Amino acid sequence: MLKPVLKFIETVGEYFLLLKKTLTKPQNNKIFWEHYLREIDDIGLKTVGLISFISFFIGGVVVIQTALNLENPLIDPSLIGFAAKQSVILEFSPTLSSVILAGIVGSYIASTIGTMRITEQIDALDVMGINSANYLILPKILAAVTFYPFLIGMSMFLGVLGGWVAGVVTGLVGTQDYLEGIRIGFDPFHFTYSTIKTVVFAFLIATIPSFFGYRVRGGALEVGRAGTQAVIWTSVMIVFWNYVITQLLLS
Amino acid sequence: MIEVKNIKKSFAGVGVLKGISAVFEKGKVNMIIGQSGSGKTVFLKSIMGLIEPDDGEISFDGRIWHLLSDKEKAGIRREMGVVFQGNALFDSMTIEQNVSFPLRMFTRKSPKEIKERVDEVLEQVGLPGVQNKLPSELSGGQQKRVAIARAIVMYPKYLFADEPNSGLDPKTAIRIDDLLMTLTKQYDTTTLVNTHDMNSIMEIGEKIILLKNGHKAWEGSRDEIFHSDNKDLNDFVFSSDLYRQMKELFLKYQAEK
Repeated sequence: MLKPVLKFIETVGEYFLLLKKTLTKPQNNKIFWEHYLREIDDIGLKTVGLISFISFFIGGVVVIQTALNLENPLIDPSLIGFAAKQSVILEFSPTLSSVILAGIVGSYIASTIGTMRITEQIDALDVMGINSANYLILPKILAAVTFYPFLIGMSMFLGVLGGWVAGVVTGLVGTQDYLEGIRIGFDPFHFTYSTIKTVVFAFLIATIPSFFGYRVRGGALEVGRAGTQAVIWTSVMIVFWNYVITQLLLS
Repeated sequence: MIEVKNIKKSFAGVGVLKGISAVFEKGKVNMIIGQSGSGKTVFLKSIMGLIEPDDGEISFDGRIWHLLSDKEKAGIRREMGVVFQGNALFDSMTIEQNVSFPLRMFTRKSPKEIKERVDEVLEQVGLPGVQNKLPSELSGGQQKRVAIARAIVMYPKYLFADEPNSGLDPKTAIRIDDLLMTLTKQYDTTTLVNTHDMNSIMEIGEKIILLKNGHKAWEGSRDEIFHSDNKDLNDFVFSSDLYRQMKELFLKYQAEK
């Protein structure tokens, strides 16, 4: 019983030691910014299509389900728009999109870094005198925490838009009611809350898979396992921190 | 010159290096030989600073590694060129980007100067015109030569090669050996080559160390191999009939002479 607990504590300690090694000044600024832009493309722009698609349809589903559950004629139809907006902005866009990103980007990061480890590319960096953790992971962290808030912002817009399209197409809610609904109880702090969550999740999405990839030992099988572990633990941590941040900021 | 004193290393309580001492001379190809599992790679990686030994001392031209600051260690690392067993070329970079990487990272050379140096080293390793290709577009032997080009691009004082001939055909392997020997003389490097390739040992091994079960079992030059009666050496080097017959013929020839 004690052994797995100690192993877990040891692993958490290793994660923070890797972060300490990672969060230092880049050795060469020009190469760092080149790397950063490449990461924006690899872990950011390449996910735009899928996140857009999912957000649009999730927004649509939220509106349809809300409308079908509010059949009482005494309930104002604008509440459908309100419910869709609240669900998308507070939860679906930041959390669900981040869990999806953990799957797409997490496995990509863990497998690329893991492959670099087993093919001695990380050793090659170390032996050249390069801080391999800083060189490989810091641009990913910065790319994620700077790009994902925009991605999630876009996801919120598309979710609300998808809700409107679904409502109008199915005839469950009219444009006027929907627009009125999304204006009700508008609180700018909800955007701040979602942005804070997104930045925290972005940090987790960049660092946890990097950690699993960086410590791979063995061959292709271990790289595959690291990818799976990375997705599982990143998703678990997103859900956990979602609860903590919500408790701290909204309750 | 690299001097190693009483290096020890264990993993999970199992001793891999059990107190090895050796001196590797400048301008020579020093070979570390031994069977798989004898501790060659751990020994080489300990010298390269990739594995921290449990005990012992490693010095680079008098600079004792474990007494140096991180900055001083980084300085020595920039004097190292390493050819890894699997080449360790960066997949996402072109050959030019791979070879120029240390120059771009650590020097203030202009893009023109960097390009000239990259062209020069690729010419030296016999691979002109591959600058814009990706590592995956080259053969194993060509990749190895690119790895050598990257290792020498910063004019290293210490050149390390971990099993540089593994997976290569005999002709390409001889070419890699010749290249390592030529570059050692040209750049006056202290070269350490990890191998169990008999051709390499006989072709370019100027100083040879045999490892067995984490100990140094023999040390000498390639000329001394034929005259040594060290059992571990003879078991390893002359394990095949061909090499045994070669030894007998060589000794017979010398006796008649």
